[in-house]
Amino acid sequence: MASIPAIPYQSSWRSRLVENKNFLGAVFMIPAAGILLVFLAWPLLRGIWLGFTNATLGREGRFIGLGNFISLAQDSVFWLSVFNTFFYTVIASVAKFALGLWLALLLNHNMPFKAQIRAFILLPYIVPTVLSALAWLWMYDAQFSVISWLLTQLGLIDRYIDFLGDAWNARLSLIVANVWRGIPFIAITLLAGLQTISPSLYEAAALDGATASQRFWHVTMPLLMPIIAIVMTFSVLFTFTDFQLIYSMTKGGPVNATHLMATLSFQRAIPGGQMGEGAAISTAMIPFLLAAVLFTYFGMHRRKWQQGARDD
Amino acid sequence: MTDASNSAIPTRATGDSTGMDFLTSLPRRVVTVYIPLAIFIFVLLFPFYWMTISAFKPNAEMSSNRNANPFWIVSPTLENINHLLFNTDFPAWFWNTMLISTAATFVSLFASVLAAYAIARIRFKGADQVGGIIFLAYLVPPSILFIPLASIVYELELYDTSWALILTYPTFLIPFCTWLLIGYFKAIPYELEECAVVDGASRLQILVKIVLPLAVPGLISAGIFAFTLSWNEFIYALTFISSNEEKTIPVGVLTALIEGDVYNWGALMAGALLGSLPVAIVYSFFVDYYVSSLTGAVKE
Repeated sequence: MASIPAIPYQSSWRSRLVENKNFLGAVFMIPAAGILLVFLAWPLLRGIWLGFTNATLGREGRFIGLGNFISLAQDSVFWLSVFNTFFYTVIASVAKFALGLWLALLLNHNMPFKAQIRAFILLPYIVPTVLSALAWLWMYDAQFSVISWLLTQLGLIDRYIDFLGDAWNARLSLIVANVWRGIPFIAITLLAGLQTISPSLYEAAALDGATASQRFWHVTMPLLMPIIAIVMTFSVLFTFTDFQLIYSMTKGGPVNATHLMATLSFQRAIPGGQMGEGAAISTAMIPFLLAAVLFTYFGMHRRKWQQGARDD
Repeated sequence: MTDASNSAIPTRATGDSTGMDFLTSLPRRVVTVYIPLAIFIFVLLFPFYWMTISAFKPNAEMSSNRNANPFWIVSPTLENINHLLFNTDFPAWFWNTMLISTAATFVSLFASVLAAYAIARIRFKGADQVGGIIFLAYLVPPSILFIPLASIVYELELYDTSWALILTYPTFLIPFCTWLLIGYFKAIPYELEECAVVDGASRLQILVKIVLPLAVPGLISAGIFAFTLSWNEFIYALTFISSNEEKTIPVGVLTALIEGDVYNWGALMAGALLGSLPVAIVYSFFVDYYVSSLTGAVKE
């Protein structure tokens, strides 16, 4: 449509090239494609390749086949990190979803200062994770923890809790901090989804005698499902590959008890210098990420289908 | 577009699910809505209160006896802030972070505007597939890329320079910004562009003089989001930068302020507070843009 009014007095090869959609599109794509190819696609492929070499920091390395994967398969720390990654992802995602949805439903009520409340609630999400993790680290301090202080004053405990010194305490403490940071994103995006649900649907359901819980399960949830699928895929993906929170709070300790696959790959590759082994751990994460991506893909199709496929 | 959606939310909210709120009595609402909400707000904001109050606490009060009330400061001090600003490299980290975030945001916006315009409006062959690939790029997490990227950065001789971060941050910013801007560009009527073509404008002129001015809300949303994401980035900054004065705030505060096992909590909390303030201030001015980009990215 845009190429119809061709300028008559100028039909050299040059002007025709400029009017050619494919040529123009390609030119406009150059900056984005250039950066993404050099700094995203290339490292992605190279990372997989590195996983099959014995490269070290500063040395190219050579192909050693499945060597890294075979040694990882016999490495109990690696399997512990796999267990931790799944434990962390599953527990944190379920908790974030339940609390995030609850908060979204609360915010969907009519109340004074709603905009201000929404703005404050997003704060944990926008503040740099490392910096808020430091606040949590201080709150989890073995000697001066404010949480322990409060619980002691209330008479609930008589000794200060060793939040990060014990394996299971540390895992759960990290999950709490991760959930704290993840709730706002889920609550605000689900709230946006809730606001697109027409109130007349609730009124119709109420007139038909549906109770509040029936209205929730049969009106709210089905209509919210597509956006839940997408939000939770993002959430699962970012929890699964989390690095910052663990690194800034425990660095994988005590004694590797809280290493996730991402922190272990960093540990092995950068301070440890074993680039090949670190890359092999990263590569081992890819199948799970692909599964999550496929989930999003089908989630979106389901959404298109529900809206009568006029999503464009 | 943002204006429309922003004004739509409050008006709709008044007659929302809330439409039936008059059926529930006030005491019931207090128990089912206000008390849980108050607990949520308290828990979500408490770490910030704790961060702030610790930043102004003298060391003596920080580790005082356990009977003292830790929620208040008896004699506030600027000692921690002072130490941070004059005895550490914090000011250098601050300027590094500012420079890197701003530069990465502009690089990303430039590349994303062109890409989004090409995908949404030029409609070249395969535009939809390219859009899909860019969306997939958004799902590739930095924590599986940093190892190979470290060797690429090293080979390009960018190691330990700001350029290493300015060029790698766009890998997670461009997919997001492009995706967001496609939505904004699609909302601009074709007729405006057709008129400009009739008047003899080139594609570049159309983009700069017609499309961009109409997509300003989208540019602001994408820009703010890109800026905060760059400000918060950690793993690349940790891996690609080694010298102290080249670090960014998150890396500097975490690696240089903690000396061995000695935690100087006052200075750490002051660093966390001052490092969070710039994003919090930017955010407070553009909350609506921020929310619309957050929700827009998911809805698209």
